[in-house]
Amino acid sequence: MSMLLEVKDLHTSFFTPAGEVKAVNGVSFNLDRRKVLGIVGESGSGKSVTAYSIMQILERTGKIISGSIRFDGQELVNAGEKVMKTIRGNRISIIFQDPMTSLNPTYTIGRQLMEAILLHTNRDRQQAKERAVEMLRLVNINEPEKRIRQYPFEFSGGMRQRIMIAMALACEPDILIADEPTTALDVTIQAQILELMKSLQEELGMAIIMITHDLGVVAQLCDEVIVMYAGSICEQGTADEIFYNPRHEYTKGLLRSIPTAGTAGTRLKPISGTPIDLLNMPKGCPFAPRCENAMKICLTERCERKQINKDHQAACWMNVKAEMEAAQGGTYA
Amino acid sequence: MKATEREQPLIEVRDLKEYFPVLVGMFRTKPLKAVDGVSFSIRKGETLGLVGESGCGKTTVGRTLLRLYKPTGGEILYKGSPVRSKADITEFRKKATMVFQDPYSSLNPRMTVSDIIGEPLDIHKSYGSPAERQEKILDLMNRVGLNSEHAARYAHEFSGGQRQRIGIARALALNPDFIVCDEPVSALDVSIQAQVINMFDELQEQMGLTYLFIAHDILVVRHISDRIAVMYLGRMVELADAAEIYERPLHPYTKSLMSAVPQPDPKTARANQRIVLTGDIPSPLNAPSGCPFRTRCAYATEACGAEMPEFREVSAGHFAACHRIDALND
Repeated sequence: MSMLLEVKDLHTSFFTPAGEVKAVNGVSFNLDRRKVLGIVGESGSGKSVTAYSIMQILERTGKIISGSIRFDGQELVNAGEKVMKTIRGNRISIIFQDPMTSLNPTYTIGRQLMEAILLHTNRDRQQAKERAVEMLRLVNINEPEKRIRQYPFEFSGGMRQRIMIAMALACEPDILIADEPTTALDVTIQAQILELMKSLQEELGMAIIMITHDLGVVAQLCDEVIVMYAGSICEQGTADEIFYNPRHEYTKGLLRSIPTAGTAGTRLKPISGTPIDLLNMPKGCPFAPRCENAMKICLTERCERKQINKDHQAACWMNVKAEMEAAQGGTYA
Repeated sequence: MKATEREQPLIEVRDLKEYFPVLVGMFRTKPLKAVDGVSFSIRKGETLGLVGESGCGKTTVGRTLLRLYKPTGGEILYKGSPVRSKADITEFRKKATMVFQDPYSSLNPRMTVSDIIGEPLDIHKSYGSPAERQEKILDLMNRVGLNSEHAARYAHEFSGGQRQRIGIARALALNPDFIVCDEPVSALDVSIQAQVINMFDELQEQMGLTYLFIAHDILVVRHISDRIAVMYLGRMVELADAAEIYERPLHPYTKSLMSAVPQPDPKTARANQRIVLTGDIPSPLNAPSGCPFRTRCAYATEACGAEMPEFREVSAGHFAACHRIDALND
């Protein structure tokens, strides 16, 4: 059976008065059924734009330049709005970072929940309402029959995010894209939401793409991890491989720079420099200007993604160097 | 450090209360008890971390402490003397400053970097000549790792991390003893966060600074703090040494908070038995009777609803407010 989602060499750009911003610059990955894929990166790394490209909900200035997105065997790039409407919210759903602004304050949450159900299924209003109640119960909202008549302001942040999840799952999508779903929430509420997503994923058997900057969230939830920097993937692998055997200097830097229980009383080891300016991309590896181990080749040439082992790929010249050293049985200058 | 200095805390807060009037109905107001009787002290050179969920009153504590709000009750002591009159406050603010959460809205977009950093100097007239002012500003920029060429630029020309450096330089302008850091790194990217955290550490060493470090990211607070205080619904529920409270929390709320921290390590995450709290933090307008945490507490008994638990020293330097502390921790 083919992969559920296959993204190949995706390029998405934004055309701004200052020039073309290559937000996603050659991204390829596969997502299997029932898997949780984490996409990690800093602001501006292209992780959200990748997701918006899959959903084709880019802002007007943004455009998919080239590449292919195959969902369940069907090509989505240039498939047209008509096809996308049957997929969006139905077979691929998305939840956004900010549960405060993602809900319409002037409609009851019942109406907002029913909208997706009525649009994508053959249920009548009564059945849609029943489904909405059922979904609210699924995400642990008390007294759903009463709650569907209430407006978003009557709910707390964590509850609104659960309602967003209920809405996204109402049509039993194959893929749920979660774009920083817990960033605006407190840790205790974050734990509730992550726990809920995990159990729903097991129960309903969907795949999840989890977009986050928080490595803690990734460690909690994800089977596979993609690390993005400046619009491209620098490393991809199983969660264990990424955390315990990082093979890209950026990933290593990220893992070193986060405070943990063990770092108290010591200095953190930050990545130096500032995030990249996408209007002013360097010629070689985008991370090279901030990389402390950058070599000459890093500044002039981009490294292709190389297979490290069957569960792990990375695009870093250091691996090539290590390989050559191993082959020659000595150090390479 | 002399023995007397060690005994005398730099900052002391006694039974601090901050109520905001909230309109209920057309004309009636009701007090929202944002901070309701909080006491703590901070030694010179120490970092006290303050954690809690949004709405627990941690930011209000920081702001009231600097007298940005007039406290409803309680007392603030700086080096043993109370900060009460207007003159006290002016003097106090030379020695106690603040770094804000949002590096975007806390810098005036119409001012150049040198004017932003120089403003406290202007207000407190702490220079003799324009040349001295300029010199001070450049020294401050240098201290926080900003290029002196950037002095004439505006805040929008900088990235989030650099803006936060500008905010820190401004806080350092008057050579303070004490800085309230209100979520200073939560708006920053992970790689930049570490740079700024290290800078706080270095500045503390160089200048002997004392911090009240308010944040919701427990791993960050654990990293930077000597002691950590946990707040819930306007009250302090636990206060202890950073390692102690992280490893051996006593209060059920702290326990769930610590267990909810997403550990950036898949194996620990898989093994971690999380205590997931049900429900949300109640509105401070309708705080439950007795222990404020009892509505979400798995161990609450009837007694918890009857009486507010006392914030007491359970073991040396470890304070907690819970009726059932002995029953739960043996």
